[in-house]
Amino acid sequence: MEIKVKLNGKQVVDSIEPDMLLLDFCRAHYCKSVKRGCETSNCGLCTVWLDGKPVLSCNVLAARADGHEVTTLEGLQEEAREFGMFLAREGGEQCGFCNPGFIMNVLAMERELDNPTDEEILEYLAGNLCRCSGYASHMRAIHKWLDSKKEAAQ
Amino acid sequence: MITIREYLKAASLEEAWNANQKRPNRVLGGMGWMKMSSGNVSTAIDLSGLSLDQIEETDDAFIVGAMATLRQFETHEGLERYFHGAVRESVRHIVGVQFRNCATIGGSVWLRAGFSDPLTLLLALDCTVELYQGGEQTVQIPIAEFCRMKPDNSILTAVHIRKTGRQIAYQSFRNTETDFPVLAVAVSRLDGSYCAAVGARPTRAMEVNAEQVEELIEKAQALPYGDNLRASAEYRRMLAGVLIRRAADELERR
Amino acid sequence: MRKPDSREPGKYVGTPIVKKDAEALVTGKPVYAEDLAPENCLIIKILRSPHAHAMIRDIDTSKAKLVPGVECVLTYKDVPQHRFTQAGQTFLEASPYDRYILDRHVRFVGDEVAIVAAETEKAANKALKLIKVTYDILPAILDYRESLDNEILIHPEEDWTESDWSHGDNKRNSVYHEDIHVGDVDAIFAECDEVMEESYHTIEDQQAMMEPFTANCWMDTFGRLVIQSATQIPFHVRRNMANALGIPKSKIRVIKPRIGGGFGAKQTAVVERFPAVVTWLTGKPSKIYYTREETMIAGSARHEMSVRVKLGAMKDGTIRAIEMHVLSNTGAYGEHGPTTIGLAGHKSIPLYGGKYEAFRFVADTVYSNHPSAGAYRGYGAPQGIFALENTVNLMAARLGIDPTKIREMNMLHEGDIMTAYNNETANACALDQCMARCKEMMDWDNKFPAKVLPNGHIRSVGVAMAMQGSCINYIDEANVTIKMNDDGFYSLLVGSTDMGTGSDTILAQMAADVLECDVDDIVTYGVDTDVSPYDSGSYASSTTYLTGNAVVKAAEQLRMNITEQAAKVLECQKDEVEFDGKVLTCVRTGASITLGDLANQLQGGSDSWLSVTAGGNSPVSPPPYMVGMAEIDLDPETGKVVPIKYTTCVDCGTVINPNLARVQTEGGLMQGLGMALYEGQSYTDIGVNRMRNFMQYKIPTRMDIPEIEVDFRESYEPTGPFGAKSIGEIVINTPSPAIAHAIFNATGVMHHELPITAEKVWRAIQQKKQEESRA
Repeated sequence: MEIKVKLNGKQVVDSIEPDMLLLDFCRAHYCKSVKRGCETSNCGLCTVWLDGKPVLSCNVLAARADGHEVTTLEGLQEEAREFGMFLAREGGEQCGFCNPGFIMNVLAMERELDNPTDEEILEYLAGNLCRCSGYASHMRAIHKWLDSKKEAAQ
Repeated sequence: MITIREYLKAASLEEAWNANQKRPNRVLGGMGWMKMSSGNVSTAIDLSGLSLDQIEETDDAFIVGAMATLRQFETHEGLERYFHGAVRESVRHIVGVQFRNCATIGGSVWLRAGFSDPLTLLLALDCTVELYQGGEQTVQIPIAEFCRMKPDNSILTAVHIRKTGRQIAYQSFRNTETDFPVLAVAVSRLDGSYCAAVGARPTRAMEVNAEQVEELIEKAQALPYGDNLRASAEYRRMLAGVLIRRAADELERR
Repeated sequence: MRKPDSREPGKYVGTPIVKKDAEALVTGKPVYAEDLAPENCLIIKILRSPHAHAMIRDIDTSKAKLVPGVECVLTYKDVPQHRFTQAGQTFLEASPYDRYILDRHVRFVGDEVAIVAAETEKAANKALKLIKVTYDILPAILDYRESLDNEILIHPEEDWTESDWSHGDNKRNSVYHEDIHVGDVDAIFAECDEVMEESYHTIEDQQAMMEPFTANCWMDTFGRLVIQSATQIPFHVRRNMANALGIPKSKIRVIKPRIGGGFGAKQTAVVERFPAVVTWLTGKPSKIYYTREETMIAGSARHEMSVRVKLGAMKDGTIRAIEMHVLSNTGAYGEHGPTTIGLAGHKSIPLYGGKYEAFRFVADTVYSNHPSAGAYRGYGAPQGIFALENTVNLMAARLGIDPTKIREMNMLHEGDIMTAYNNETANACALDQCMARCKEMMDWDNKFPAKVLPNGHIRSVGVAMAMQGSCINYIDEANVTIKMNDDGFYSLLVGSTDMGTGSDTILAQMAADVLECDVDDIVTYGVDTDVSPYDSGSYASSTTYLTGNAVVKAAEQLRMNITEQAAKVLECQKDEVEFDGKVLTCVRTGASITLGDLANQLQGGSDSWLSVTAGGNSPVSPPPYMVGMAEIDLDPETGKVVPIKYTTCVDCGTVINPNLARVQTEGGLMQGLGMALYEGQSYTDIGVNRMRNFMQYKIPTRMDIPEIEVDFRESYEPTGPFGAKSIGEIVINTPSPAIAHAIFNATGVMHHELPITAEKVWRAIQQKKQEESRA
């Protein structure tokens, strides 16, 4: 079947199999930041935005994205770098394999929640597993990043 | 993973219903479970074009569209206010925000799964399931009855939660924060009488009713419990007592 | 030449610089094996045994081969048959050669039966379903405690071989035996006021690195097989694959791109043989990317162990003798079976090396029909430390001594000789300071042992100590090449594998401090077996210490060579040349030349291009040490344990990069907490692993972890680069015993088996209540 997807701002038309996952569609279109870490929707590595909302691309058929907007980290390079370097300054990026999905969700959280408490942050990001960092460095980075955004806004 | 031969983005409920009358065809929910099943689907029926993704609040009910996501359910202000956070509590442990942005109420209810948190919650509310059965035919079935029905070829379009003034509290016990519940309990109270739905026993949630909390616990603990990877039947039965008491205490404190 | 141990840190050692690959990683650049695989790879899928133990009677692939797009379907009949091991280990290779690429004899549920390579995943999956196999089912050994000398033999084959060092015997299902002692434990036990004997059981748990096992292959211009793999052990992959395929090592090149975590899992070549054999036989590029399920049912989980500890002490708390018997379950194949087990004793008993007079350590590793175990952070130490630390905590309780005090009395101090650790001297040991600092961070004296909160929950604390090594002494080998390029920047070629820890960066920090250059002037490149100098790989906590030493050695030599070349240009003696990292000056004449100019001059007409390869092994493996303390909230009604706070103080010698060392610690603690409370495999009675995905096998999420407080007390290791030791593994060792101790302090029950789930805690509380009401 043929689908039209706005992928990172560009109109993509492709002929796909009806059971193709959005995850595989993204990778086939060179959005290799989208990673596969499980088959059970548990790891968060494949997080992309569908119409601006974070979803698991392993959990969405590419066909469902027909006529919709899909954003991956390839489409958010500046923001990824900005927050990502806060993460790196804590040593929290580690092996990097969970970074794209995690950062996609952090950026979604920042858009969705105003002045989130630590508990709200943890809950929002709980679906992003990381096996290297122990998560504490993620929180340090998020705090510093949110503070810097506040300062910049003032 | 499941294979799908054809994809139908239904333009009307009628079209979806007609397609769903053939055995190898399946209605898509949030995909979370379906993609993990094996087997071959002839036509996958997509309801996402039918505006079933709204949560509507009327004077006497909340009408939750089948395609509304668990995240919409979780963050709906009316539900939050009316049920004092119990709705949010029932779904906030489910995997993560991205998963809840995919999973739908319709899918969760239709599956009638043992581990389902939302189903446990809904069973303790005054709730009916709206099923479309072709033509002009739409029926409303009390959720407890729906749970006992075998899946048929109707199309679940919405869940209606009546505003009867019922108070509800939700408690679950999990081995880790985003795991399936070892046990889930929703306790509600209306006109001084209690209802407790006990889910993840690990089989499908069932509800019991009583005037007093002690009796409620007794009845709940008399339900069948089973063993699985997460816990034993004995442990679950104990938890039922603890969680029902805690939920009842929570109602008491309001 | 200045000796490494005389070198003071410069601008970079000891500073938290950002990892060199950070920007690529946080922006999601395609830098991992699967991202870099050739476009036209055949997709490989594996048919697996549904039986725990069986012989293939008949296998029919004719229908599978007919599926359009299928390139080949390989069975044991089609692949080379040479016994080899997938373990990544240096020469001596302790692990038995007990595998074929595919074997007629399958030994666990999930063992590989056939390889399908096809143009698409769908075609490969379809072909899998069409392979018809008839099995002769054999009786299985699912309980490893029944394995030794069982009449069922898991490896009856005549071509089974093993190094003499391991003392295994396939006709006894044994891959390792050790029995060592110092002093006469029985005589000392007889003199002790208190002797306790306790048995423990730890089960297999998963490394659960985010990137599953994956590798891809192609043939290069010269007809050689290129293996691009997410591996910690590129040089061992080259050897293992040459052994498996029966081809010369010169025909293989292994490339390690960025790896999405390893934690020891990728110290075994779990998947490389599949694309290797497909590409070797077909000449076409191929790739495999394991599902999470495959990663979990056919990976390389931690060895399950039973540990019996006997501890003898005097009333005043002096620990006089320790005896430990360990039985380890290596599963169907012997990868790391002979080597993990030793750590249970050798990296726990020396912690009490300050006082004890005798120890005995008896170890056996056996086969079973579980999946093959492998290397997982800590490597055997967590199992032994769980057992010994629990027993010390029980002894402290029996004697009525604060468990931190009994440790202060008996712990290893700098200068002590570790008789259970190759008789090495503890040259650098700040364990006592770690204990003092950790107590302070936890406010131990106020919190020990427990308090009941108004809601009925119990707050309690627990403590444990740990050690590890910093390489495998005399065995591991690390070399680096540093070359100077034009304009005076350097290339640092390493064979050790950065798996996300940041080792490429900390090695550059060390090189930059020796060469007194900007760290950005060091390009770290690794690993490519055609280019990188030999390094045994990143495991055994060896990279900072061993590869770090190689870096210092090579950089020192290069400095000398640079100075020598400058002397020629400046027409003076080499000892008259001063080098500040940028400019070379003759102190006698005042003439000078910049490094860049020198480097550019040397590009033409010079008699020597500047490149140094240096390294070697180490006669010692200096242990890092640490103390960990857990504070928990325990709900006695349900048995639920919530870790509230974890404090830890680590002595890893000089901290090269404080951020990266801290994150190593936080990450290791998190894995240890999972191991303590809920992680672990579970098998059905026919040997099916029930914890086969992240839906069932739960690892900690960010909502499951406590507040973690990390501090360091630096000793100075004289044999280490800038005084450094290791940190990667030790950090997983304390949570299990510290949490078990906190639960003991809350409930009065010590748990002897991991994981300690809420239900187990609840059952123990119920049982204790019953016993008390009977009494």
